[in-house]
Amino acid sequence: MSGVAIIAGYAVRESMRRRVFPIVILLTGAFLALYAFGVYKAFQSTEPFRTEEIGAGAIVDQQVLFSATLFGLAMFATLFLGTVLAIFLTHAVVRGDAERGLLQPLVVRPVGRTALLAGRFGAAAIVCGIYVVFVYVCELLITHAITGWWPDRIARPAAELVGAVVVLVAISLVGSIFLSAIANGIAIFMVFGAGLVAGLLGQIGEALNSGSLKTIASTTSWALPFEALYQDGLNAITADTAGFTRAALSLGPFGGAQAAGASFAPFVFAYLAFFGFIAFLGFRRKDL
Amino acid sequence: MAVAFSARGLAKQYGNVKARGGVDVAVEEGELVGLLGPNGAGKSTLVKIGCGLVRASAGQAEVCGAPAGSREARSAMGYLAELFRFPGWYSADEVLELHQRLAGSKGGEGERTELLGLVGLEEARKRRVENMSKGMQQRLGIAQALVGTPRMLFLDEPTSALDPAGRRTVRGLLEELRRRGVSVLLNSHLLSEVELVCDRVVILHRGDVVAAGRTEELARPRGIEIDVDGGTRHYEGDREDVPRLVTELVAAGESVYGVRVLTSTLEEIYLEAVEGDTA
Repeated sequence: MSGVAIIAGYAVRESMRRRVFPIVILLTGAFLALYAFGVYKAFQSTEPFRTEEIGAGAIVDQQVLFSATLFGLAMFATLFLGTVLAIFLTHAVVRGDAERGLLQPLVVRPVGRTALLAGRFGAAAIVCGIYVVFVYVCELLITHAITGWWPDRIARPAAELVGAVVVLVAISLVGSIFLSAIANGIAIFMVFGAGLVAGLLGQIGEALNSGSLKTIASTTSWALPFEALYQDGLNAITADTAGFTRAALSLGPFGGAQAAGASFAPFVFAYLAFFGFIAFLGFRRKDL
Repeated sequence: MAVAFSARGLAKQYGNVKARGGVDVAVEEGELVGLLGPNGAGKSTLVKIGCGLVRASAGQAEVCGAPAGSREARSAMGYLAELFRFPGWYSADEVLELHQRLAGSKGGEGERTELLGLVGLEEARKRRVENMSKGMQQRLGIAQALVGTPRMLFLDEPTSALDPAGRRTVRGLLEELRRRGVSVLLNSHLLSEVELVCDRVVILHRGDVVAAGRTEELARPRGIEIDVDGGTRHYEGDREDVPRLVTELVAAGESVYGVRVLTSTLEEIYLEAVEGDTA
């Protein structure tokens, strides 16, 4: 069994047995129940199967507008919950564990530091990925059961949410080499917040047609690609929706949802590789 | 005899603070060497450099012929950190199983049973770490360090959390390791413990080796005590003077009941070496 697999197995077990994990499951259950209740009540208070003519023959499909808007908001919640889990699983992996004396007995074993980092990254990515897909599927089924609507794309948004959380796992893992556990946790939440703010600026830039705001949002998307992945996933759930329904959707949380473009996926892989290299260099030189 | 651990000109700089300053230390195969020194002398840093946890600023360290920190060196050694912790949800058996896999040990359940027996934790095999006392965790740490039958063992304060019975168990364990030919570098503040089990001692002070050798080599004569009718008399001199002194006393009509040649204890050797700096 390779060192990476042994460490990954150890880290997966650790994440499942941490006290925070049952709390995350409990909170997720509460969130999904609240989401189902909210969608149901909102659905009852509207007439979603009606198409509304907004003048000059323009038609807005209320079902798509209503369902996609709620589902888009739920995707944001999924990203947030996945981020919380990613931070909890990785914020203390190196310096935090070294300060508590958990790391040294592992590092002196022949598996080595690179395998340890790769194993921890793989385990956190797998656990967070499964969690995000699980929550996404639950939201999808809840939305469909209540509204009868399916997104235009189903797999791609899920994959991009997983990608967004994996990017945050990588950033948090690198942060854990240089920062103490608490400082790293706070820093990653701030990075997450910065990405969201950039996304909001992008939406405002779209609405106001402001080149400066759009440039800020675009630059941040390259620097913090989790936000761009989320935006692309958001865009994908109404990829085939056109006309005035699409225009109406743009007034909501989809306002800044831009397609990422073909070069973005390779960029994300290169971004992860770069962070892996930084982590490798930083950890290799670190005194424990 | 082959060398299990060697450090040549080893130095470590923490910012502007020198923790080690060109130290030469060697542990031969099957030898048990005690590492002594006041807090901040650089003992733990030396051990960590040997284990590959800390990079030396200068000099070289080797474990069983391989550069310290290399895969070959890590395969040949075991390590008990001064401050360590195992995940609370693991049982003793699971901790050892994990380290068997990490060390590539093929010992299986038999090795785990033997190691738990060596440290007196047979009954706690299924007990979770979080339910163990500090002393039990310390003993589990020692068992963990022995996974994979290491040729060189670095023990950093292995008895710091143990009660007298636990310390005795560890002393017995160290003697067993010596019998098996395992080399040990034992970093400890407990002079009596080091004196009892170690073949040699190395005393560090402010990053330098200030004394090294067998305890009897380092000891200085402290005179001779002779029990006679009138009580105990103290004489200057060493072992060579005993026959002459006894002859003189008997010739003077005294009855001699006992003779003790006094030498400095390890504690006195240590205090002289560190010049009273016990900070």
